[in-house]
Amino acid sequence: MAEQARLIDIYIMGRHCEVPEGLTILTALEYSGYTMIRSCGCRAGFCGACATIYNFKNDPQLRYDLACQKTVEQDMVIVQVPFFPSVKAIYDLGKIEATGETILELYPDIVKCFGCNTCTKTCPQELEVMWFMSDAIRGDIAAVADKSFDCLMCGLCAARCPQGLVPYNVAILCRRLYGHNLAPVSQHLTDRIAEIESGKFDSEITKLKKANQKELSGLYAERDIEPALEQAWE
Amino acid sequence: MYPGYLEESIHLLEDTRVRRLIESVPRLAEDEKTDLLREYHPDYIESSMRQLKVGVNKGDYTPVELADLLEGNSRLDLENIDPARPDYNVDVLVIGCGGAGASAALLAHAEGARVLVATKLRLGDANTVGAQAGTQAADRPNDSPAIHYLDTVGGGHFDNVPELVEVLVKDAPSVIDWLEKLGVNWDKDKDGSMHELSGGGTSRRRLHSARDYTGLEEMRVLRDELKNKDIEYVEFAPAVELILDDKGQMAGAVLMNLETGDLIIVRARAVILATGGIGRLHIQDFPTTNHYGATADGLVLAYRAGAELMFIDTMQYHPTGAIYPLPILGQLVTEKVRTLGAQLVNIRGEQFVMPLEPRDVVASAIIRECRERNLGISTPHGEVGVWLDSPMIDVIRGDGTIARELPAMVRQFRRHNIDITREPIIVYPTLHYQNGGIKIDTEGATSLPGLFAAGECTGGVHGRNRLIGNSTLDLFVFGRRAGRAAGQYSRELKRGSPTLEHVRRWQQELQRAGIARQRPVSPKLLPNYVRRTHTHSRPFLHEYSP
Repeated sequence: MAEQARLIDIYIMGRHCEVPEGLTILTALEYSGYTMIRSCGCRAGFCGACATIYNFKNDPQLRYDLACQKTVEQDMVIVQVPFFPSVKAIYDLGKIEATGETILELYPDIVKCFGCNTCTKTCPQELEVMWFMSDAIRGDIAAVADKSFDCLMCGLCAARCPQGLVPYNVAILCRRLYGHNLAPVSQHLTDRIAEIESGKFDSEITKLKKANQKELSGLYAERDIEPALEQAWE
Repeated sequence: MYPGYLEESIHLLEDTRVRRLIESVPRLAEDEKTDLLREYHPDYIESSMRQLKVGVNKGDYTPVELADLLEGNSRLDLENIDPARPDYNVDVLVIGCGGAGASAALLAHAEGARVLVATKLRLGDANTVGAQAGTQAADRPNDSPAIHYLDTVGGGHFDNVPELVEVLVKDAPSVIDWLEKLGVNWDKDKDGSMHELSGGGTSRRRLHSARDYTGLEEMRVLRDELKNKDIEYVEFAPAVELILDDKGQMAGAVLMNLETGDLIIVRARAVILATGGIGRLHIQDFPTTNHYGATADGLVLAYRAGAELMFIDTMQYHPTGAIYPLPILGQLVTEKVRTLGAQLVNIRGEQFVMPLEPRDVVASAIIRECRERNLGISTPHGEVGVWLDSPMIDVIRGDGTIARELPAMVRQFRRHNIDITREPIIVYPTLHYQNGGIKIDTEGATSLPGLFAAGECTGGVHGRNRLIGNSTLDLFVFGRRAGRAAGQYSRELKRGSPTLEHVRRWQQELQRAGIARQRPVSPKLLPNYVRRTHTHSRPFLHEYSP
């Protein structure tokens, strides 16, 4: 059933192209003859390579999305942001403390945020960027880690910030501080690492390594299987 | 929003939830699995493979798409290139920068080596970021590395290389700890214990996750750390050939600036290949979950230089690729959806496979349901798949579970007006992973002195089928080992003089075999998705997107 898709008009960096309805911005670019080098990565909404800015012929309001996820619409005017110069602080995670002072020391400019909320409106992941930036200013590292968690680091927030701030880099600093310093310790992990180092499982694994396929197959069939669904849920 | 004609089937799905809540589908016995795979798994379609005519693995079967590239012609004009005049001179060159490459670079750097990372796209543009469900490590009290071992070799049909599996399972807990010390945010319960889930073919709950952005979280932390350590890197510069020396040792690589076409010569005492997978070759015309650069470059480079490959006749088709709506055709619907309780259901509202069987088994069962039994669900674009009943998760585990555990999936479908907390997903297998690759030992060393490899471009650890959560684990276990070993090796090496003579010999071998003219140039570097014919019909979409 090779039904003909309706053609719509889009404008790639101003150039008029006709593309079938239902393509993403990315596949529409390729359909129109562009070989992607920059601005194309995982093609599935996870890597942030294909940050794109667009508006419409008769609607100047800028919009932001990922080219691999957004479907083209009639009269779209499209440009991608292949790279944007942005500041990243250099630090040794083992030598800094998980405090608001650390954040301010590494990213002193964040206090210049005047709350225009452009970053939030820009985020293709629909994160509350301005709110986690104010959490960062207040030194609430756990809040930044939580609110920024789904950040792809596509860079659009930094590209649009009138003060030149780089929310995505502030956010990863906070998440790394949280993981390294603030997340509760997993005792069972520490214990297991010590057990492995002491050689506790060596003889059992050696036996498995020497087993032939028939023996392994028997052991595999007899495994007791922990129910996947019986689990305490917070 | 699904088209109206699917409403009846969705109602049937909803009506059968109560029954399916208490129903359990038994796991298949080994011989039942074998029969199912033989009948329906794409690896068993003989016409999709052919024997290699040249190189170390001459006579081995591999998919025709990969065979063409492995037997491909060099991109270099050997008369106009002098490998003795390098643009970079380093101890360790890491080619590729996903999870394995980044780990290798960090560990080689820690060994005191001067490291250069070369990557085809940006730092971190790799399949790693698309890995959603988690990373396996046997760290709960009722679990052990031995159980993890047995699960892994059972999933791999007992063909895995035992020594590689041993280090995989024994290093796993320390990898989780290493990542946390680098700042990865694992999902945890309030008392600090890891919030772990089961997966297909695992007999314990041992998947460590970071919501459903696990690979992204791991990758962005490693990338940030590479920058903190000031490790030199060059982006948009894939390797197009390896350089050997006159003693047959690894001596560097020729890179190509993707934007200008200029060649860059890197002299290195050791080289680590971490180039990832193969999905963008679209084996058997399957759509893929893989990132744009997944074109098997590392296999081609290693093979041409004389390294041995293994298990190159087995690919992993992820059971649950999206097939509706069309813009996300082939994209991954994470196994975590089934891990949390979603079931696979046919058009009659019946389950047809235990949803947490290993991936090759589930994929084959879905293919049988659609192709043989004709109980699939047809999309408006002519695709056929089965229901993945996502709303079941909230039924089983309480409202809000989907939103909390699967934000990426919710977001992806919401963009297309499908609410997976209330509506099911239509899925069909999609090309996901290359089970085989370059043969390595436990330190990531290949059969060529000075050439190391890690991650998806290697073979052996997963046998003929990889389990969920063992790929991200593989990246860090073997990335770290290869980085450390390459760093040490680079200190002890006695260098010879660099040469591309092996490429010249390779071209002669192709000539002798009479295939040089029939084969493309390789490595492929990027897939070609630019429209070649002027057609606006569905085949275009099917063939080239996404």
